[in-house]
Amino acid sequence: MNCSQFVQLCTVKWHNVSKTNMITNQESILELQQHTGVNVNRCYQCGKCTAGCQLAEEMDFPPSMVMHMLQTRDEELFQQLLNSKTIWLCVSCQNCIERCPMSIDIPQIMDYLREKSAGEHKINHQSRDIVAFHRAFLDSIKYTGRLYEIGLIAGYKTRTFHLTQDVKLAPKMYAKGKLPLVPEMIKGTRNIKGIFSKTKI
Amino acid sequence: MKKLGFYPGCSLKGSSSEYAQSVLAVAKAFDIELEEINDWNCCGATAAHNMNKELALSLSARILALAEKQGMEEIVVPCAACYNRLTVTQHELNKDEALKQRVCDIIEMPISGSLQVLNVMQLIDKYVADRLEEKVTTPFGNKVACYYGCLLVRPHNILKFDRLEDPQSMDILMKRSGANPIEWGFKTECCGAGFSVSRTDVVAKLSGNIVKDAADRGAEAIIVACPMCQSNLDMRRPAINEYLKQKIDIPVLYITQAIGLAVGLNPKEVGLQKHFVPVEIN
Repeated sequence: MNCSQFVQLCTVKWHNVSKTNMITNQESILELQQHTGVNVNRCYQCGKCTAGCQLAEEMDFPPSMVMHMLQTRDEELFQQLLNSKTIWLCVSCQNCIERCPMSIDIPQIMDYLREKSAGEHKINHQSRDIVAFHRAFLDSIKYTGRLYEIGLIAGYKTRTFHLTQDVKLAPKMYAKGKLPLVPEMIKGTRNIKGIFSKTKI
Repeated sequence: MKKLGFYPGCSLKGSSSEYAQSVLAVAKAFDIELEEINDWNCCGATAAHNMNKELALSLSARILALAEKQGMEEIVVPCAACYNRLTVTQHELNKDEALKQRVCDIIEMPISGSLQVLNVMQLIDKYVADRLEEKVTTPFGNKVACYYGCLLVRPHNILKFDRLEDPQSMDILMKRSGANPIEWGFKTECCGAGFSVSRTDVVAKLSGNIVKDAADRGAEAIIVACPMCQSNLDMRRPAINEYLKQKIDIPVLYITQAIGLAVGLNPKEVGLQKHFVPVEIN
């Protein structure tokens, strides 16, 4: 992304922010800081995170804008982030933190916002497929201890009703010996279920 | 014979079985025995740390604890995502004693936090590299684009592996195997990772840009060390070609397949027949 593309992107995306009046809420940011150890004030809006982010164009708020929205301490903007596409589109590639001159751990912030968004049932409607995939993935681990790829796809399809997606791919994968039919159950599945129940998921 | 711990991870047991096959074949060719961790579980990958941090740490911690219990000091983790999760988890637990205690309570096992977690390049570098050149029988005489992806090099302060923007380890190993690594711009750009199923359009775009740059600069093969990168660049090639509106047919090989071929293993032994984009090199 070059400089003018970056400026254009940020200008366009700023229209996604809908603001009526300012309601300051320090609590949300304090809680974020406690959980992630990140001080959002350290960001000085240079925009390198957004310039290097592969998904910025797809996001409703690119990473530098996320930082700015958090800095305002405005509750409405915080809620918009919990309900954003951005947090689910972030692939955790870690480019932002590596290129940040202040080494601000934006991926940690994204993890925190995702967990909070899911916990408070504020998942963005258009991001439900992504979350459905994560949940189907975790279900597979919960019941077998490992990722069972056929189970993952079946779980994803029943959650999203994308029944016909990739139907031609599965037989090809099977023919190439890339898709075992039977899950590999580990012996410690009770241990795994215990981990899931103790971490409350 | 050198004996090391081995964590294959779920992809290597399924959709990337050729990676496991080639890692084991190369290890055998260099007299290294890889002993699998008993009863290992999934590291949780992206899904776990996206949904629940404590769960993500606990799943990876269980693997580390099992390896320690088996008396292992070094474990080889070929999957870049697993390598990243295990290394990051051990780092997080070691820097916060209270967190470590909580996670140990959750997994009901102790952890000392002293395991060496090696990715495939580190394995080769440490135990194979000095014998590599003398073992090369059929030099990999092709122009290759070495693609590292995100998870091998980032976050640098924890993984401490190679340069961030222009890593070299894979290039050096490929050069030693007789290949000609090219300079290119997408060594550590993201391929779209876990969006293969839920946002195939994003993967087509991100992986498409990677494949196109490699092709434009004359690469005859892309070399990877991550199952997610491989499947996105290889299995999703029809979607990539549709996005690029051109047909690019350069194959995507794991580094262990390329090294395996160079030291005289046959294509079947390293699982080349399992690729979607046919491998017609060497």
